[in-house]
Amino acid sequence: MLFQKILLHFKRLVRHQQAVLRPIMVITRREVHDTLRDWRILVPICILSTVFPFLANFAAGRGLDFVNQYGAELIMTRLFPFLMLVVGFFPSSFSLVIALEVFVGEKERRSLEPLLASPLTDLQLYLGKLFSATFTPVVASYFAINFYALLVGLTVGWWPTLSLYAVTMVLSTAQAFVMVSAAVVISSQATSTRAANLIASFIILPLAFLLQGEASLLLFGDYDVLWLIALFLSVTTLLFVRMGIHVFNREHLLGRTIDALDVRGGWRVFWQACWPQEGVKRLYTQDLPRQLRALWPEIVFTLLVVFGGGWAVGAWGAHFFPLPAELLILPETLEVESFDVAIQEIGWLPNFSWGAVLWNNTRSLLLAALLALFSLGMLAELLLLLPLVIIAYLVLQVPSLGISAGSFLAAFILPHGVLELLAGVLATAQAMRMGVVILRAPEEGGGVLGAVRELGHFLRLFWAVVFPLLVVAAWIEVEITPRLAINFLNGL
Amino acid sequence: MITLQGLTKRFDALTAVDQVDLTVPAGEIMALLGPNGAGKTTTVRMLAAILKPTAGSAQVAGYDVVQDARRVRRNVGMLTESPGLYERMSGREYLNFFGELWELPALARQRRIDYLAERFEMRSALQRRLGQYSKGMMQKVTLMRTLLHEPPVLLLDEPTSAMDPSSARLVRDMILQLKSEQRAIIVCTHNLPEAEELADRIAIIRQGKIVERGSLAELKQRLLGQPVMEARFVQPSTDGVRALVAEFAEVLAYGDAWIRYATREPEQVNPVLLQAFVRADIPVLALREVPRSLESVYLRVVGKAVAAE
Repeated sequence: MLFQKILLHFKRLVRHQQAVLRPIMVITRREVHDTLRDWRILVPICILSTVFPFLANFAAGRGLDFVNQYGAELIMTRLFPFLMLVVGFFPSSFSLVIALEVFVGEKERRSLEPLLASPLTDLQLYLGKLFSATFTPVVASYFAINFYALLVGLTVGWWPTLSLYAVTMVLSTAQAFVMVSAAVVISSQATSTRAANLIASFIILPLAFLLQGEASLLLFGDYDVLWLIALFLSVTTLLFVRMGIHVFNREHLLGRTIDALDVRGGWRVFWQACWPQEGVKRLYTQDLPRQLRALWPEIVFTLLVVFGGGWAVGAWGAHFFPLPAELLILPETLEVESFDVAIQEIGWLPNFSWGAVLWNNTRSLLLAALLALFSLGMLAELLLLLPLVIIAYLVLQVPSLGISAGSFLAAFILPHGVLELLAGVLATAQAMRMGVVILRAPEEGGGVLGAVRELGHFLRLFWAVVFPLLVVAAWIEVEITPRLAINFLNGL
Repeated sequence: MITLQGLTKRFDALTAVDQVDLTVPAGEIMALLGPNGAGKTTTVRMLAAILKPTAGSAQVAGYDVVQDARRVRRNVGMLTESPGLYERMSGREYLNFFGELWELPALARQRRIDYLAERFEMRSALQRRLGQYSKGMMQKVTLMRTLLHEPPVLLLDEPTSAMDPSSARLVRDMILQLKSEQRAIIVCTHNLPEAEELADRIAIIRQGKIVERGSLAELKQRLLGQPVMEARFVQPSTDGVRALVAEFAEVLAYGDAWIRYATREPEQVNPVLLQAFVRADIPVLALREVPRSLESVYLRVVGKAVAAE
């Protein structure tokens, strides 16, 4: 009796799941059929997944012959996995083209409305299109990877390890899903494929950076980190999917937004966001506190990335690449002027003056903001991460000099670092918002106008808070920190 | 079958549909007329549960468009403004695809497609790719898609646009048959003779508001005044004829062998007048109502609204 009840319940559950999944499959099947009938997509995919592995294999073979003459096979064996990743990436990059066609193209051709009038839920429609845009490029990508691996194996005798093979396949899939899920979000900004293609550069640029990073890791032979990248891409996909589900709804798709450039409106939005409209007092008592309160998710994220990530990467560096013992010898006596010499030797600053320090910090944060616009805010986070990695790396090295990490921090970093880091975190958090807001729906404060508004907010925060903090920090860094540090070291 | 109460839709500062009340029972066709941008399509999209109303409510086939949106969509056939076809698919594949979305079983789906193909004279054309269709054929396939799941409620936006006269006739006959099958139908159109032929009632929408509604006769009466009749005689009319007509109705104009008069109650006045003509030995050649088209009604309504602005 109980067994029958369980069986019945299970059958109902399966039926329910089938009812939910069937429409998704119907949409996916139709879109895939349509893609396979479009020679403009099919021919390049076929060429990339068959001809390109041949070329890659040919280049790899010639390269191996060449480097073998000098006993440098290692270079080529590191290049094989890189080429495997690349031959997989090219077909999978088509998912972006297909996604824009499937989502924005359909909106543009006005063939979406009959689908919206069907009993499909928004989620079913979204998932159907997500899978359909991903399916063909991912299959082509798998084919290219396997074809290349087979060719290299048969001609050169190099076979990928199971782990490398798996991570390449996973990365290829994850990249396709990131592109498609991001394309959906982008499609919410555009009513024409042309406009969507232009906005798509916001996806291509970060992915190009990522591919370069992956290439470096493959050349270094550090395959394990690739799993972390795959994990990062998966999390990013989930975030984009969440945003996509939010923006891909009937109400939004049939909205009345058009891709028009409103220069005057944009300037008004920028000016209102950038310049205090009702006096400086109101700016510091109301406008800025409100801006910072709204910025808390980005601030928390930045703190986590900068401190958590900085510490993790710094600790990893300190563990695997400790400073050589000969560098860890302190001179007998130290003077303030020695800082100037040391700084000039590094070459980051023309001289150790507060003006040069201020210029350097201001330049870095503004550059980070600029990069944030084209990388969904990620490059701004990475730029701020770098000094924290160096600090963490040094903090973990100094105990071998007989200096406690806490004392080192207190004497060398914190006097100016407290203000500098505060300025950096605030500027980076706002830069990140500026990079991400472009993906939000225009009616939710996103889109190009949203980015313009956040640019105004960034500049307001910069001149009203960040820059004054940097001025004070630079003065402390040049006038106070060196003296504290020298007194500290001389007192050891 | 379709009930709207205070239905309103706002897009930011624009109120596209403003406090619309309507009822369309089963077996009735309502024509929704109005200039471009008046709010017809937005109203229809809300009734198809594609857009959510900002205020007010709507019941379609017994379901609320917000609470039971999916059930509403199951029971509505919506002919969209533009066909929006997938040009690389054949007509049959296209209909099959939508049939699957409406979860029609395979066999029933094929039968239904065959039946509709027969009705719309599209049997051989269904094998061809949609990209090769003429505009009229595309419209037919779109209509077939709308009727595929036999919905009790039909929302038809320009059902005969781009069709040749014989195809348009075929579609109009189909719509009248659907009405006789007790379906509730809303037709949005700019084709006023078509609306006149099909609609039981007419609503004229302007700037999101229903500005006039009623049967064609009611609208004519209300907006164009009393019906105007014209009598034609075998012989030239005399002053006696004018005096005779003036006893029963208001004489508007007259000529050698004709006279025009207005009367609020032609059903009563005309037989009496005819008897009077016979008694007075005035042979009548013809008696008819002077045609007053829906176009006159529409232009009067729209013109009045423009003047009021």
